[in-house]
Amino acid sequence: MSNAPGTGEAVLFWILGPLAVLGSLGLIFAKKAVHAALGMALTMIILGIFYIAQDAHFLGVIQVFVYTGAVMMLFLFVLMLVGVDSSDGLLETLKGQRLATAVLVLGLGGLLTAALGSVTYPEPAGVKSINEETGNVSAMAELIFGRYVWVFEVTSALLITAALGAMVLAHRERLGKGRNQRDWSKRRVLRGEYVAGLPAPGVYARHNAVDTPALLPDGTPTPLSVSRVLTARDQVTTPERYVEAEDRIAGQIEEDSSR
Amino acid sequence: MSALLTVAHGIPALLAEGKDNPSADFSDTPLWITVIKALFIFVYLLVSTLIVIWFERRVIGRMQQRPGPNRNGPFGLLQSLADGMKSMLKEDVRPKAADALVFTIAPLITATMCFIAFAIMPMGGEVNLFGHRTPLQLTDTPVAVLLVLAIAGVGIYGIVLAGWSSGSTYPLLGGLRASAQMISYEIAMGLSLVAVFLYSGSMSTSQIIGAQKNLWFIVPAFFSFFVYVITMTGETNRLPFDLAEGEGEIVGGYFTEYSGMRFAMFFLGEYINMFTVAALATTMFLGGPLAPPGIAAINDGMFNEGWWGLLWFTIKLWLFMFMFVWLRGSLPRVRYDQFMKFGWKFLIPATLVWVVLVAFFRGAQNGWLGEGGVNFFGRTFPVASLALVGVVAVGALIVGWWWDSRAAAKEAAAADAPQSSIDPFAGGHPVPPLPGQTLAEPTRTAAAIRSEAVTDKEAIRG
Repeated sequence: MSNAPGTGEAVLFWILGPLAVLGSLGLIFAKKAVHAALGMALTMIILGIFYIAQDAHFLGVIQVFVYTGAVMMLFLFVLMLVGVDSSDGLLETLKGQRLATAVLVLGLGGLLTAALGSVTYPEPAGVKSINEETGNVSAMAELIFGRYVWVFEVTSALLITAALGAMVLAHRERLGKGRNQRDWSKRRVLRGEYVAGLPAPGVYARHNAVDTPALLPDGTPTPLSVSRVLTARDQVTTPERYVEAEDRIAGQIEEDSSR
Repeated sequence: MSALLTVAHGIPALLAEGKDNPSADFSDTPLWITVIKALFIFVYLLVSTLIVIWFERRVIGRMQQRPGPNRNGPFGLLQSLADGMKSMLKEDVRPKAADALVFTIAPLITATMCFIAFAIMPMGGEVNLFGHRTPLQLTDTPVAVLLVLAIAGVGIYGIVLAGWSSGSTYPLLGGLRASAQMISYEIAMGLSLVAVFLYSGSMSTSQIIGAQKNLWFIVPAFFSFFVYVITMTGETNRLPFDLAEGEGEIVGGYFTEYSGMRFAMFFLGEYINMFTVAALATTMFLGGPLAPPGIAAINDGMFNEGWWGLLWFTIKLWLFMFMFVWLRGSLPRVRYDQFMKFGWKFLIPATLVWVVLVAFFRGAQNGWLGEGGVNFFGRTFPVASLALVGVVAVGALIVGWWWDSRAAAKEAAAADAPQSSIDPFAGGHPVPPLPGQTLAEPTRTAAAIRSEAVTDKEAIRG
């Protein structure tokens, strides 16, 4: 039985192979984290297609299903929360880090090339005969639940332990009950401050928005009326423009005049 | 111990059955026929989408006692065509804050991935196509059903990336919701299909159809069907689970910033995904292209052969479509946290228990839990299965009794709790009840007496 790839497989490889390399380069060089994750997802999908082309159907589909569908999606889920505009700073935090990286990468590459270059492979058995005799999935199942059953069971126990550990460590139990609306209002009254609640953000005839602080009776803006998130983000505007505009209009009105 | 030994001996026997590889025979299918079949699937799906949009609007119209679209063409049939033209001619807007590349790729992912999964659906029996015997199925692999799930997993990227790349808050929320929702419901969906794999002994669609010749899997795997139907609604973002685009909460969700043809691609993707999950349900539980029982028996299974399968397949598909529309017409959207809780805390554990049960039934069918069977209506049921059903029924009764008694105790405790009731008009001015107080409904007579008293006072004053 010849194990040389057919024309179809060769065409598939020469189209998808460069794409996979491109995806992995994207993972390293993309500035935005989401673009990097997408490059990695592309590489994973193409790897899955390669497995399928080499008759390892189950492995290929599981590669797409698990890595692209679940693992990368979770990565993306976290990355999306980082924000659209954020990109990694290109400032070097460790001195001489790039040079060290280059040396190490070249060394590892040289080592791998030397080691892999001198390996002699036996004639590959090929999956095709197994696929036709026992079937791809059954043969896989026989190995997972037969020969390697302990390896798999121990690995799964380890993973479950790790997941539970992460949950236990990250989970914070609330000590006592949280305050509800009623408790808050009672507290306000007992302390005698802001009995009617905090002032609402500025309501002007011309500008009615949460980013404009309310004015106190003496005309000064009160920062209490704006959400502290907006203050932290530096997105609070000053009410002066609107006050001036109102003053201008007020100046035009004369006492005892009728229109 | 002896049971374990029989199991150990049984596995090679199962392997020897060799149900892994597809039973569909593609040996007489040249490449050009495959291309024709691919084209046929493409056209079939596009035409079905055009019809289902009209169908949905008409059926919902009937349910809400209005006619629905009825202006373009007979019965308004050309309405979806006009809508499609409109989205093609509309201006294509891209927000300034959007990530240009991903914003373009996202709808493309959704619109292309949805077509792929249909390749493994058996739409009919073997037919004669231009002198070649070929099954009405584009392709089949030993892992065909897993392929559908994997493709669905890639398809989610379209929605998630659309949400992220729009550079705006509501789409981002929609994208986050979509990724969380679809991943968690895909777990339950995959688990529900395990029962079918156990019964059919294969993941290839043609083998699964072959295994349903006697009995559709909706009967032995009824709970799986129930779970699958719920998850397929969640998976396709349809009401009552359309949280990723809930227009009452987050405007349009992930496609808020999309317009024109790019929006139309999401629209197309959603409807074709509906067809895909419905086709998978048809294949897994309703016998796919097999004729309904009764009709299948006519003339030695004449209606199970050839092109007839396409008819049965399409009818079953449209039953699911009607169900989708019916759900949309009658159910409100669920709350997001309740939806996730339902998926993780009910569907997944319940399906896990169900899969273990099915594994036992399957073992009993193979005779691993002891020989001996009982005959009912021409079928042989293993004694072990019947015993298992008995155990489950008794367990369900006990749990139900415990649940009921607990609920009754809770109710009694609630009834015993001191309830103070107030008369809202006691002080002459209406007062709302405080928490823990109940309102004593003022009676008409009491009001009348009081008003008399008031008039008396007036009289004295006067």
